Parts: sequence; C-alpha cells; structure tokens
Amino acid sequence: MGALASLGAFLVSFLPRAVAQGIPLLYGSTGETITEKAGNLNLGIPGIMYVGGISGVIGAFLYEQRLNAGAPVNAFLIIMIPLVCSLLGSLMMGLIYSFLTISLRANQNVAGLSLTTFGIGFGNFFGGSLIKLTGSEVPSIALTTTSQYFSKKLPFADNLSWFGKIFLSYSFLAYAAIIIAFVTAYVIRRTRIGLNLRAVGENPATADAAGIPVGRYKYVATCLGSMIAGLGGLYYVMDYACGVWSNDAFGDRGWLAIALVIFTVWRPDLSVFASILFGGLYILYLYIPTGTRLALKELYKMLPYVVTLVVLIISSMKKKRENQPPEGLGIPYFREER
Amino acid sequence: MRNITKTFGSTVANENAQLDIYRGEILAILGENGSGKTTLMNMLAGIYYPDSGQIYYDGKEIVIASPGDAFSYGIGMIHQHFKLVNVLSAAENVALGLKEKGRFNIKKVAARIRELCDQYGFELDPEEKIYNMSVSQKQTVEIIKVLYRGADILILDEPTAVLTPQETEKLFRVLRNMRDAGKAVVIITHKMSEVEELSDRVVVLRKGAYVGDVLTKDTNAEEMTNMLVGHKVTLEIVRPEPVNPKPRIEVKDLVVRSEEGILKLKNISFTAKSGEILGIAGVSGNGQKELLEAIAGLQPVESGSIRYIRDDGGSDELVGRDPYDIQRMGVSLSFVPEDRLGMGLVGSMDITENMMLRSYRRGHTFLLDQKKPHSVAEDVVHDLSVNTPNLETPVRRLSGGNVQKVLVGREIASAPKVLLTAYAVRGLDINSSYTIYDLINEQKKQGVAVIYVGEDLDVLLALADRILVLCDGQVSGIVDARETDKYEVGMMMTRLSKKEKEA
Repeated sequence: MGALASLGAFLVSFLPRAVAQGIPLLYGSTGETITEKAGNLNLGIPGIMYVGGISGVIGAFLYEQRLNAGAPVNAFLIIMIPLVCSLLGSLMMGLIYSFLTISLRANQNVAGLSLTTFGIGFGNFFGGSLIKLTGSEVPSIALTTTSQYFSKKLPFADNLSWFGKIFLSYSFLAYAAIIIAFVTAYVIRRTRIGLNLRAVGENPATADAAGIPVGRYKYVATCLGSMIAGLGGLYYVMDYACGVWSNDAFGDRGWLAIALVIFTVWRPDLSVFASILFGGLYILYLYIPTGTRLALKELYKMLPYVVTLVVLIISSMKKKRENQPPEGLGIPYFREER
Repeated sequence: MRNITKTFGSTVANENAQLDIYRGEILAILGENGSGKTTLMNMLAGIYYPDSGQIYYDGKEIVIASPGDAFSYGIGMIHQHFKLVNVLSAAENVALGLKEKGRFNIKKVAARIRELCDQYGFELDPEEKIYNMSVSQKQTVEIIKVLYRGADILILDEPTAVLTPQETEKLFRVLRNMRDAGKAVVIITHKMSEVEELSDRVVVLRKGAYVGDVLTKDTNAEEMTNMLVGHKVTLEIVRPEPVNPKPRIEVKDLVVRSEEGILKLKNISFTAKSGEILGIAGVSGNGQKELLEAIAGLQPVESGSIRYIRDDGGSDELVGRDPYDIQRMGVSLSFVPEDRLGMGLVGSMDITENMMLRSYRRGHTFLLDQKKPHSVAEDVVHDLSVNTPNLETPVRRLSGGNVQKVLVGREIASAPKVLLTAYAVRGLDINSSYTIYDLINEQKKQGVAVIYVGEDLDVLLALADRILVLCDGQVSGIVDARETDKYEVGMMMTRLSKKEKEA
C-alpha cells in the first residue's frame, strides 16, 4: 500500500510537469506536421518558436510599460497583445520560408536551417535589448503580470485532489494545444481539405492535374504551421517559464518537436500523448536520484533523442507505406518540369 | 463535337492539325513517335495551350486553358504516366480536387465508383491503396477518375503500352462498352493491330500534320502504313561498304523481363559484325532499350547468352558481367533517353567533368587527370560544334540538342569496339544529325561494330548495312538495308511477319 501511495504521489507531481514540458513540443510538432503534409520540410521550426516567444515578450513588455505608467490592467488586452504579436512574428517567419522555398524554389533544408539561426539570433537580440532597457541586474526579463493571466488555471482545479492536479491544472494555452492537435488530425484525415493537402505533399503534379491550387495549399499550410509552432514559444515563456525571458533558455525544444513529428508518424493526435511522453523523458533526470554523479544525469537527458532514434529505426524497418514521410517532402514543385 | 483545327507557331509539334471526334465512336490516332499525337491531345485536355487554331464543341468555339476547363466540357485524358497518389486509396484518388457540395464522404465516392465499375465492367476495389495495385489496376483508377467527373470524351495515350495481352483485351472490352454508352473514345497508338481490332475510324498524323482520316473497315494495314510513313526528301547519307566484317557480338535466345514482370525481349538472336552498322527498327518501347542495356550489362537477363568475340577469335560471355568490365572490353553505350540527362550525363557538372565520368578510373595517381578529359571536351565541342559559352558551363544549361552532342561525342571518343547508340539524333537539327552520321560512319570504317537504334526509317535505310526489326520484344526480321524499302520494314515494325507468326 505504501509503495502504491508513493507512486501515486510521484505521478501527481510528475505528470503535470511532464505535460507542461510537453505542450511547447506539441505546438511545434502539430505545426511542423501540417507543414510537412504539404511537402515542406521546415527545419526553421526551432527558430520560429523562438520568434513566437520573443514576439509575445515584446508585446507584453510594451503593454506592461503602460501598466507601470499607471494604466489599469485590461484582462482582454493583456492576453491578446502578446498572443497577436506572437502569431504575427511566427507568421512573418512562415512567409519568409514559404517565399524562399515555394516561390523561389530554394533548397528547403538550407532555408529552414538559416531561419533557425536567424530566429535564435532575433530572439537573443531583442531579448538582450529588452533586458538592457529594464536595467535589470540578472540577464533576464520578468513579465509577471502578463504571466499571471497566461498561467491562470481552471478555477476549480485545486478542489479536486489528484484528478484536478493531473487533468485540470493547466492554462488555456495548454488546452488549446491539445484541441488544435486533435482538430488538425481530424482535418487531415477526414476532410476534403485534408485529402487535398495530403495529395499536395505526396505528389504535387497529381494534385495540380486534379485542379488543386498547389502553391496556395503550400503557402497556407506552411504559414499556419509556423503560427501554431510559434504559440509553443509563447506558452513556454508566459506559462512554463512564468513570464521570465532569458536568452537561450528555450534550448533545443524546437528540434525535439521536429523529432516528435517523425516519432508520431505525422499524426498530431498521437502527438498529444507522445509530447507528454517526451516532456516526461525531458525532465526524468530530475526525478532519478543520481547523487553526485553528474555524468549519469547527462545520460538521462539523452533519453528523448534515443527514443526518437529507436522509433526511426523501427518505423523504417517496418516499411509501412502510410508511416513514411510524404513522398514529395523536401522537393520543390514547378509545373513546367513534368 | 466538330472540326478541331490547331496550328502551332514556332514549334513543329503540330502544324495545321485537325481532328473530328464523334460521340459513340472509337477513334484511333496513329502516328510515328514525335508526330504530335500526344501534343495534340494534351491541348484538348488543357495541359498545353495551342498557339493558334480553334476548338469547337457541338459547333460552338470553346477555349480550354486548364484541365479544369477540359473537365467542364467532359473531356478527360488518361496519360501515359499515371497521375496518382500512392499512399491514398483508389476512392481518395478519385475524390482529389473534386468540388462537390455537401459534407465530404469517402464512402459515397466509393459507392459511386462501384456503380461505374458495374456499368462498364471494371474490376476495382475502391478501398485498395494505389501502391498495392498492378499497372492495369492503376490505369483503371485513372479511367474511373475521368468517368467520375462525367467525361463524355475519353482520351487514352498509348494505354496498352504497359499492359499484358489479357489486360489489353479487358481494356478493349471496357472501351467498347463506353462507346456503346454513347461516349467518344480516342486512343493514341502506334500499333496497327490495335487500330484494326478496336477502332471505328483512324486519323493519321505525320510530323505534326494531319495526313488523313479513314474508316477502319474501309482500309487495311498496308494503306495505313503508307499514310503513316509518307514521303519525304530522301537523305543523302554515305554508306561505305563494310570492310572485312567479322562477327563481334553474338546474341542467342535472349530473354529479358522488366521489373514488373512483363516480358520485354523474347528469344532474341542476332550477330553484330565489326565494320558494320546494324540498324534496329521498331516502334519505341518494343524492347530496344532493354536490348541495348542487356548488352551493356545494365539489364538483368533471364536467359540466353551474349558473347563478345575477340579479334583472336576467342569469345567472352557478357551476361552476368559487371557493366564496368563490359565497358573496359570496349563495349560503349550511348543511349539518348527522352529526357536526355536521365542516363549518361550529370546535369550540374560541366562538359570536362562529364568526360571524366568515363575516364576517372584509368588514372594511376591519387589526383584526377584533368588534362586529357579537357582536351577530349575541346575536341567534342569543336568537332560537333556544340553551342556552349565555355567548357565550364554545367551541361544542364545547354539546349537539348547540344547535351546530346556531348553525350554521343563522349561515347565515340572513348574509342570503343562496339558502339551501342539509341536515338542519337533525337531532337537534333539536320546539320548536327549529319555530323553524328558521319562520326558513326567514321567508327564503322575503323572496324567498330555499331548497333544503331533509330526512329527515322529513311535514315536507318540509308545508314545501316542490315536492319533488325523488333516488334513486341521479338525479332520480326533481319533485312539487308540495301535491298529493302521502308514499306517492308514498316509492315514488319507493326506486326510479326507471317512466317514468325506461324512458327
């Protein structure tokens, strides 16, 4: 009984943290899945999530400046300003990527990687500037007021013991991530738009001949995917990190999100669970007593990547056609080449 | 639907071509390769847009600018290369891009497909994934896709090229059902037997122009061959007498099967002699490519033997050898595929580097020998007057004809004992063609055994010493080019000679 109780206690404290870790990954992987379904391998996702985060921070910072000047807090604006800023920032990144790869048919890998480099630099530059502006002693900037609104939990979460802690203790952005993922999965698998999108990613020439506007599908999917991924950055800063932006804190979560797309065989509904699993693996090292042996800790940090590799190996060994990447992934399309 | 007339301006794909298509009739369009059959039909299907000319539909002039426009007039085309998404099911492929009203319901699509199948006699499971399907099933999906959109006019581009005889029979039954249901069916083909068996009317195209239009029952294969081959300026190609011809390559009972399991070559036997040009005639896709690739070691051989006979009279078996070994023995292949760059040249490399692809393994030092390939490249550019800014230009940027000169020039420059060449002059202008003919004759004089696969019968008759005619993967005859004429060869191309048939 005692062991069971302590396992229960462990889960109640572990699961919510795993979920909180998983949500940015879920946003990133849902966004990347939509993009890849249109045949665009966007390796700019880590940078885009960065930009999504810092854009929200900039918006929130400017609004908090007004609050500091004595304006009353408007609950609507304090949510909407960072949200819209974040969406616009990642939309801009998505547009750059789309223009480069769809209109100019640039190499997708190069375009994506340079966007990632650019996005991280963009984030650190503006992050650093804001830190300078505040004249803060620590190299970070805290937006506590905004964060309070972003991390508001469901009001009755605390009254419901373990159930409340595991299922109800999250902010609206977390639930939104899960809803977006399920809706995306439904749209891709069950609707006409989803069918057309898959055709564009698999075989753009066929889609074109069937009268599907290939370019438009690719643009919309890539930009929408970027915006969703950018929300992951916003969630990370405003909720997970309690409104504290410090440069490079977001880490390699963006790459993990891309790995998650492969892990979930391009299915956002699976990603809901897989992202929580990855989130758990990501922080598992905190829960495994390693004592003073720091090297062991570092080994545990490898877990999400090891799991991804194993899944890659298994899925390529099984060779199930549905579990392979879209056939047209990474290949620019232009009609005259047929 | 009446009176489709189209003119092309600069390109000679179609020149003043015209065509009538009637409902309830199967129309065959007959023509040699490159006679503009497919181009003409692509304009009906909205893939290409005519430079000038008019299309009338039920007496009214219409404009077809996109596949969508074509659909709206009930015109659907089944392309030679299927346009299907592999991981989707048949029903999903049919539903692609449809703009039906109401909620999307794949089951409804599948039910409608089953109805169509029953109506015309197809066999197809709408839930089956494309990647699990045979070629003929995929073709069925393509046809259903067109029918589903309510097409009245079906255009099929060489539908039987990839089918077995049984599947062809099945397809013909379905097409007859469609005709009887009042639809117009157009099939593009260059197989005389299919025309005779299936069509009600034949339109013959030659060099992009409309030659004639006859009812199938009023004509016969000979008359169609006449129309097909036509008359044109005879080419003055020198044909030196072979000097001291000796057997060089001996092919015996060669059988080759394609990856899909289709028999491509059936019991081919012939001998190619040194100092002689052996021409290979046949409608494209009748085994020419497989034959050359088998000799070059690129194509797995099911049975039979290919022997290379050395100068000293000894011989080596080529079947089962590494292509590189075969190449070192002096067998050189220059195959000019339809997309030219597909085989033999690397588009992003320059001319010198492409020359090096043949020679890089010959050096003995760690570093590549740049000088020799460079001078070879210079020679090729000079001798064949390749139009290029410099030797450092990536081959991809050259025009098609020039790319071809580089390829053929390189193969000839490797001083082979056996030169295999297919469609060496495809797409080349008259002058370049003649340069190539001269080069090939030059090789012949030096005692090289040349195997020349050609499309143009006039050239084959003037250039080759003997002509081997392939039809449906079989040798329908080997004739002396000096004593035959193109009618004989043309007849052999489209059907096996009586003797062979009885045998």
